[in-house]
Amino acid sequence: MARDGFCLDLEPPTGEAAVVGRDALDALIAVLRADGYEVIGPVRRDGVIALAPVTTLGDLPTGWGDEQQPGHYRLVGRDDDALFGYAVGPHSWKAELFPPRADLYEVRRSGSGGFEVQASPPDDRPRAFLGVRACEVAALAVQDRVFLEGATRDPVYARRRAQAVVIAVDCGDPSSSCFCASMGTGPRVTGGFDLALTELATGDALVVRVGSDRGAALLARIPHRTPTRDELDASREVSRSAEQLLRRRLDTTGLRELLVAEVEHAEWDAVAERCLACGNCTSVCPTCFCSSVEEVTDLAGERAVRRRSWASCFSQQFSYLNGGTARAGIGARYRQWLSHKLSTWFDQYGTSGCVGCGRCITWCPVGIDLTREVVALRTRPSSATAVGMSLAEEL
Amino acid sequence: MRYRVRAHFRETHDVVTVVLDPAEEPVPVPRPGQFCMLWLPGVGESAISLSGRSHPDEPLVHTVRAVGPVTAALCALGVGDEVGVRGPFGRDFGLDDPDLDGADLAIVAGGLGLAPLRPVLYRVLDERDRFGEVTLLVGARAPEELLYPDELERWSRSGAVAVFQTVDRAWPNWPHEVGVVTQLVPLLRGRVDRTWAFVCGPELMMRYAARSLVGRGIRPERVLVSLERNMQCGFGLCGHCQLGPFFVCHDGPVLEWSRVESLMAVRER
Repeated sequence: MARDGFCLDLEPPTGEAAVVGRDALDALIAVLRADGYEVIGPVRRDGVIALAPVTTLGDLPTGWGDEQQPGHYRLVGRDDDALFGYAVGPHSWKAELFPPRADLYEVRRSGSGGFEVQASPPDDRPRAFLGVRACEVAALAVQDRVFLEGATRDPVYARRRAQAVVIAVDCGDPSSSCFCASMGTGPRVTGGFDLALTELATGDALVVRVGSDRGAALLARIPHRTPTRDELDASREVSRSAEQLLRRRLDTTGLRELLVAEVEHAEWDAVAERCLACGNCTSVCPTCFCSSVEEVTDLAGERAVRRRSWASCFSQQFSYLNGGTARAGIGARYRQWLSHKLSTWFDQYGTSGCVGCGRCITWCPVGIDLTREVVALRTRPSSATAVGMSLAEEL
Repeated sequence: MRYRVRAHFRETHDVVTVVLDPAEEPVPVPRPGQFCMLWLPGVGESAISLSGRSHPDEPLVHTVRAVGPVTAALCALGVGDEVGVRGPFGRDFGLDDPDLDGADLAIVAGGLGLAPLRPVLYRVLDERDRFGEVTLLVGARAPEELLYPDELERWSRSGAVAVFQTVDRAWPNWPHEVGVVTQLVPLLRGRVDRTWAFVCGPELMMRYAARSLVGRGIRPERVLVSLERNMQCGFGLCGHCQLGPFFVCHDGPVLEWSRVESLMAVRER
């Protein structure tokens, strides 16, 4: 599995490394909070590792790990007291930068047939992200392409992203759904962070790598010391052993072209038999960016709010067209999603839309696994007509 | 931007043309083929192509078919009512392209597809000397579904445009053709090696028309089709209007047949 540029290359870190203790991490949270940041980090909630505001290191799920398989997620107690001993959960940082719901503007009726429009106040609290994994740093870079460098710059995303402090963590214990190595995004964080932490297997020491001036300034305000050679080796060893634990693979060779060529493969019908079109995969995906704007009106119809919410290409209304829908069948919707993620995303943004985090595999209620779908699409012979139909048949 | 309804005309039983004047700073002038998002607060927005003249001194004109709740409400607007307008959005028919100087034009419309093509005709008639032969092929389901019949007659009588009309079902004494618009393609005037085609209509009709035009010898990159998808944001961000690699609202709606043929050959793409 070559790191063949399927995902974006990140700016490598420039700064040096240090070692901090857990108390220093607690101090880091306090420093950020004192600077006015809301610190978002992993917490144990509703039976999952969620992302939520944290105020002390005690809020983190110390000693917890997870068990993930297609359609399966369980928290399990670890036999150590690791702070970050789990893989990614159902939440991603996407929700902090591209909020699931955001009011855009408010409109009130005025006089006969007229109206007045006012922009809704934005929620621009500065946020610090604690515990961003390598695949998620990659996802942030993908979302930057979408929201900052695409056809239009999204102001909500732009404001929140510019303020966001990224404190990354190297994965030591990936899940069975993870395939970051195939996508060239992990398990070690290689850039795109202010500070990156490696939790060492022994003791309470964490190796910190500095990735930006902002990160260096933060490090300067918490107790830290120079790492020993052994500690730096141990940090790299965490990533090496994590990589060995990654069992799932996605062969990206010719993948873009495969999705273009196989639009009529029988697998699209086969996956439609299993897919519930629930949209879980698009909700948990850290790069899915589609949205809808709804008019939310009061009962009297005097006031309406234009509210943007996440949308899913798996819903029937998504491709609504002239009283019908462009993609009526579930197979066509799955094909749209997978082809976009692995192929047409390149045409639009010059990168894969998939970073290998594995969330869509774990959170699919029927355990559809995109890596297996790709294997199926590579399997010949493809049927002549699956979703596709010849012109003659339409007549 | 807020606009106010100056006038509205019923075109067919479910199609209305609205003429809008700015109630505040106007939006930039849409070019032929571009669309605006028309917004009724509390109801919603709909993407509607420009159907009037593309000129700063002219009001904004849109022709709307009542299909869903938003378009039905747009069709029910009265004089003086206010509408929100965002836009204009998307890629136009590119009439400024100097490659079109001296070209023969094939303008092919099916049903409501004549609406986005009317600004093309206005522009072509204003610069009639710039072009060679201009042929307009118009199809509709029935005579009463034809848009702008008076203008069709006027253009035809003027001799500036060769106009051919056809309907799927005719009345007695219907003076034009009966059948699908593709059947009119052999009537095109001019030389295929210098013809540019502008096509708008239902997707199936565009597919047949484009194939037929290309089959006649017109280069596929000179066959411009105006696509329709679920355009919501208008600027390539919300994702609803994707067709393969394209955001139809931003990369389209006007696209060369050479770039979309394979996408449109697949059902539910």
